[in-house]
Formats: sequence, C-alpha cells, structure tokens
Amino acid sequence: MTALDLTPRVASSGPTTSDTLALVGRCLRRSTRQLDTLLLAVALPVMLLLMFVYVFGGAISAGMAHASYVDFVVPGIVLLTAGYGASSTAVDVANDITGGIMDRFRSMPIRSTGVVTGHVVASLARNALSTGLVIAVALLIGFDAGASFGGWVAALGLVALYVLAMTWIAVAIGISASGPEAASGFTFVILFVPYVSSAFVPVDSMPSVLESIARWNPVTPVADSVRALLLGHTPATSTVLAALAWCVGLLVVGRVSAGLLFRRAR
Amino acid sequence: MTEPIIAVRGLRKSYGDLTVLDGLDLDVERGQVVALLGPNGAGKTTTVRILATLLAADGGTATVAGHDVRTDPGAVRAAISLTGQYAAVDDLLTGEENLRLMARLSHLPADERRTRPARLLELFGLTDAARRPVKTYSGGMRRRLDLAASLLSRPQVLVLDEPTTGLDPRSRGDLWDVIRAVVAAGTTVLLTTQYLEEADQLADRVVVIDHGRVIAQGTPAQLKAGVGAAYVEVVTAAGTERIETDGSLDDVARILSGLDAREVESWQVRTPTLDDVFLTLTGRPADETADRAADDATPVLQETR
Ligand SMILES: Nc1ncnc2c1ncn2[C@@H]1O[C@H](COP(=O)(O)OP(=O)(O)OP(=O)(O)O)[C@@H](O)[C@H]1O
Ligand SMILES: [Mg+2]
Repeated sequence: MTALDLTPRVASSGPTTSDTLALVGRCLRRSTRQLDTLLLAVALPVMLLLMFVYVFGGAISAGMAHASYVDFVVPGIVLLTAGYGASSTAVDVANDITGGIMDRFRSMPIRSTGVVTGHVVASLARNALSTGLVIAVALLIGFDAGASFGGWVAALGLVALYVLAMTWIAVAIGISASGPEAASGFTFVILFVPYVSSAFVPVDSMPSVLESIARWNPVTPVADSVRALLLGHTPATSTVLAALAWCVGLLVVGRVSAGLLFRRAR
Repeated sequence: MTEPIIAVRGLRKSYGDLTVLDGLDLDVERGQVVALLGPNGAGKTTTVRILATLLAADGGTATVAGHDVRTDPGAVRAAISLTGQYAAVDDLLTGEENLRLMARLSHLPADERRTRPARLLELFGLTDAARRPVKTYSGGMRRRLDLAASLLSRPQVLVLDEPTTGLDPRSRGDLWDVIRAVVAAGTTVLLTTQYLEEADQLADRVVVIDHGRVIAQGTPAQLKAGVGAAYVEVVTAAGTERIETDGSLDDVARILSGLDAREVESWQVRTPTLDDVFLTLTGRPADETADRAADDATPVLQETR
C-alpha cells in the first residue's frame, strides 16, 4: 500500500447533478435506517383506515349518501398519509441544520441547496411507498376504484403535487425551527388538518362554524378531486381548479420561503 | 515574502449589542500552522466560520487562497476544509458511508474516491467501526471521523476548530502526528485550541485573541519569553505568590530560605507556560484549561506536604 497522498489540491466545482444525486442517495439511505419512522408513516395510516372503515364506518355512513364508506374515506386516508409523511421532512432538515452537518456541506464546493433537494426527493419516495401500501390495503378491504388508467394517473399526480407542496412547507418549517423537537410538533399539526375537511366526512354534515373552516381547508378540494377521480367520476372543474391552485400556491410559498430562510440561516 | 494564504483585515461582527469581532487582523503564510488562542467567547469560532464562508462579517475583509470570502465563496470552499467545533457527520450512515459521501462531494478523482475513505478510516483507527452507524460511535470516534472527512479532499487550507477537544491523550498525540504530516505535504493549518500545550507543540505562530481583537502574537517561544524567566510559586493560606528567579540553585535556595516553613503549604519552581502568557495578557487563565495548567507547567523542583 502506498503512502496516503496529502498533497494539497484545489477542488473543481464539479457537476451539480452528481452532487445532488449523492445527496439524494444519502437521504434515501437515511430513510431506510429510520425504520421506526418509516413503519409509523405506513402503519399509522393503515390502522386509521381500518379504524375508520370498521369502527366508525357504520355510524358515519348511516347518515351519508355514499354507497360505501370505504370508497368515501380512502382518499382522505391517502392525503393524511401524504401530509404526515411529508411533514417528517421538517425534522430531518432541522436535524441537519442544528446538528452541524449543514456547516460541513456549506463549506464544501457544492451548491448546498442540493442538501434540501435530497430531503425532498426522499420524501417523495417514502410517500410513494406508503401511499401505495395504503391503496393496496384499501383494495383488499373492498375499495371499489372505478377509475380508468387516466383517472389513476390524474389522482396520483394530484397526490404527488400535494406531497411536494407539503414537503416544501415542511422544509421551510425545518429550517426556521429551533431544533428537531420543535419541528416534530409540525408533523402533529399536519396530522390533524385533514380532520376538519371533507377527507373523512362530508362538510355539510358539520356544525356551521366547522363547515366554513372545512370549506376553506385546502385538503377539501384536493380530497374531493382525488375521490372523484379514483371512483371513476368526473370531478367538478371548479373543485379541480381549487385543488390545483391550493397545491401550487402552497408549493410556491414553501419553496420561496425555504429558499429565503436557507440563505438567511447563516 | 509571498502573499499570505489567509489575510484578514479589520474583521468585525456583532450580534445586537454584543461586539464579537472588533477589528481582527490575521495573516497566515502558506505552509504555516497558526494557532488561534483565546478564552471562551473570544471570537475564535466566529473567525473560523467567517473564513469558511459560513458566516458573513459585518465589516473588514478576509481572503483565503487569494479569494475574497464575501465575493467569491465558491473559490474559497474549493481550497479549504473545515472541521467545526462540533462533529459534523451523519449519525444514521456508517463511518464508511459518511466518507464516501464526502469524497464524492469533494469532487475527488474517481480512483481516490474509491481508495481514500478506507485509508483515512485506517489512519484514524476506525477500520473496525467502519460499517457501524455513526450514532453508535463514542464522542472521540465521531471527532476522528469528522477529522478524517476534512482530510479527504486534500485541502490547501485546513481549518480546525478545537480539533482535539474530547480526544483521549493517545488520540490527541496521533492527531498531532497527522497534522504534522499534512503540513509537511504543504498544507496550511489554522487551528483554534483551548490546550496551550497544543499550540506549543504544533504552531509556528500563536495568535492570542480576546474580545475579538488580537492582543499578542509570535512564536510560542517569543510569547513565553515575554512573560519573564522562571519563578517560584509559593502556596500559603493567604494565597499563591510568584517570586521571579533566574532558575539557578543559589537563587532558588536564597528565595526558599526567606520563607517561613510553618506558613508554606507547597512550593515549586516553574518555567513559564503559555498559560502564564495568557494570564499576563488577559488577566485571567484560559477557561477550562486553568486546571490543566498546573499539571502542564514544568516543575523543576517541588515539594508538597
Ligand atoms: N448566533 C449568535 N447569536 C448571539 N451571540 C452569538 C452567536 N454566535 C456567537 N455568539 C457570541 O459571540 C461570542 C463569541 O463566540 P465564539 O463562538 O466565536 O467564541 P469562541 O472563541 O469560539 O469560544 P469557545 O472557546 O467557547 O468556543 C460569544 O459571546 C457568543 O455568545
Ligand atoms: Mg469556539
């Protein structure tokens, strides 16, 4: 073995895509090492799905026009999963920033925003996995998806857009949080947002105050659109537009504030 | 003389009312080891973070390898490697995975990217732990991994913020050897330290800072010469007294014969250390090293009852 070369050199700036791929790889690896978090992100929604369908389902569907409560609730559970999975990105980002590794990345000849890109891509991958599992369980217990191939693509595309928006919001929260513990509080807030929306029960069944909140909850148009698409119906154009507007709006807000906060955090 | 590889002029930084850097000047020649020495809160980490482009200064200029940290941070990052005060490694990855990632992000040529991580793990005694997640490492192991990560990229300027804090004496000695090897290969090293012995061992030049200003600088020998020759330290119930001596037996005997044996609890003849430099310059011992100072001083003669 030859002696370890210690001669100084100047690093080249190198191709950004290769750096970003390396950082995406890092975050995917991290995800597989946090099995407890990953399992929770999958098991929690599956349990909620079973609970809603078998425990509350009978009581809820008694007062509902929908033929089967499973068909109604699956999109809600999918969005809850997505939001929860995305929000854990806040904890990861806060960890990087307070843990010191961000300082190392920032002092290296790379575009340090790639670190954030790594977390965002990993979040999308984790959510693809958990959403897939929730849908698989739903189909097993009798979810009657009447969607065409195009309907599936549109529904999953909308869910992906929602995940992306929530992930960027989570990134912004993670950067501004004082630490991972504070950031994890966010995951609980996100977990509860879908309850006051059309995700689990029709909004017109709610008391009037809650109903007006639910009507303005971004989850409502997204859930309504995804539900219609998955069941093979055509969602109302205004609902789809509202869903897209909310997702794109939240995405832009999250992306821009994350960028600003990231630059300021030095 | 060639242009210094690190040149800092009138650097300022405040947080609200708190002035942390108050017009700091610093020059480091290529290939030198310079130690930044100062009590807690003197501004060492702040200086290092500005030089590593992690923090923007409020005023003054700083160039590293000829590039301004403010206007050309990318070029500065290409030339430096930083080991911060707190280990900056990914806890969920293994030691080997950490170094592979850093090797790739340092844009090492493909062959070095493959070979260097294992070589550095070996150099820092981490081969056996290479495949374990870092969260199972001890504090000293994390620190060594952090240092290994900084040496991956063969930087021109190695910046180390308290590199041996938390290392056991053997690891500390090993790291000193590594630093000497790196310097012999032509690397410039700027380090901060709480261990005055470390500055003494490694540094060509010591820069003492306090309240964000340079209060003294020179070779360790020059600084020590500045505080005078040997002295007899006498501890009585009333306190500790220092009596200067030329260190000869006659002189020490003369001083000792003038003491009252019933009052003296202990006494020793000591040569000045950097601690004394510190004490003289700042009016207080280097925090945290104050206790060590007594052990580090070189007792020539001593008696304790
Ligand atoms: N983000 C910050 N906000 C407010 N004050 C800060 C901040 N960062 C550092 N300081 C203050 O700046 C001063 C200098 O800090 P610095 O970390 O540079 O000291 P140091 O010389 O490295 O000390 P130590 O030996 O303890 O590491 C300290 O008083 C510290 O409290
Ligand atoms: Mg410090």
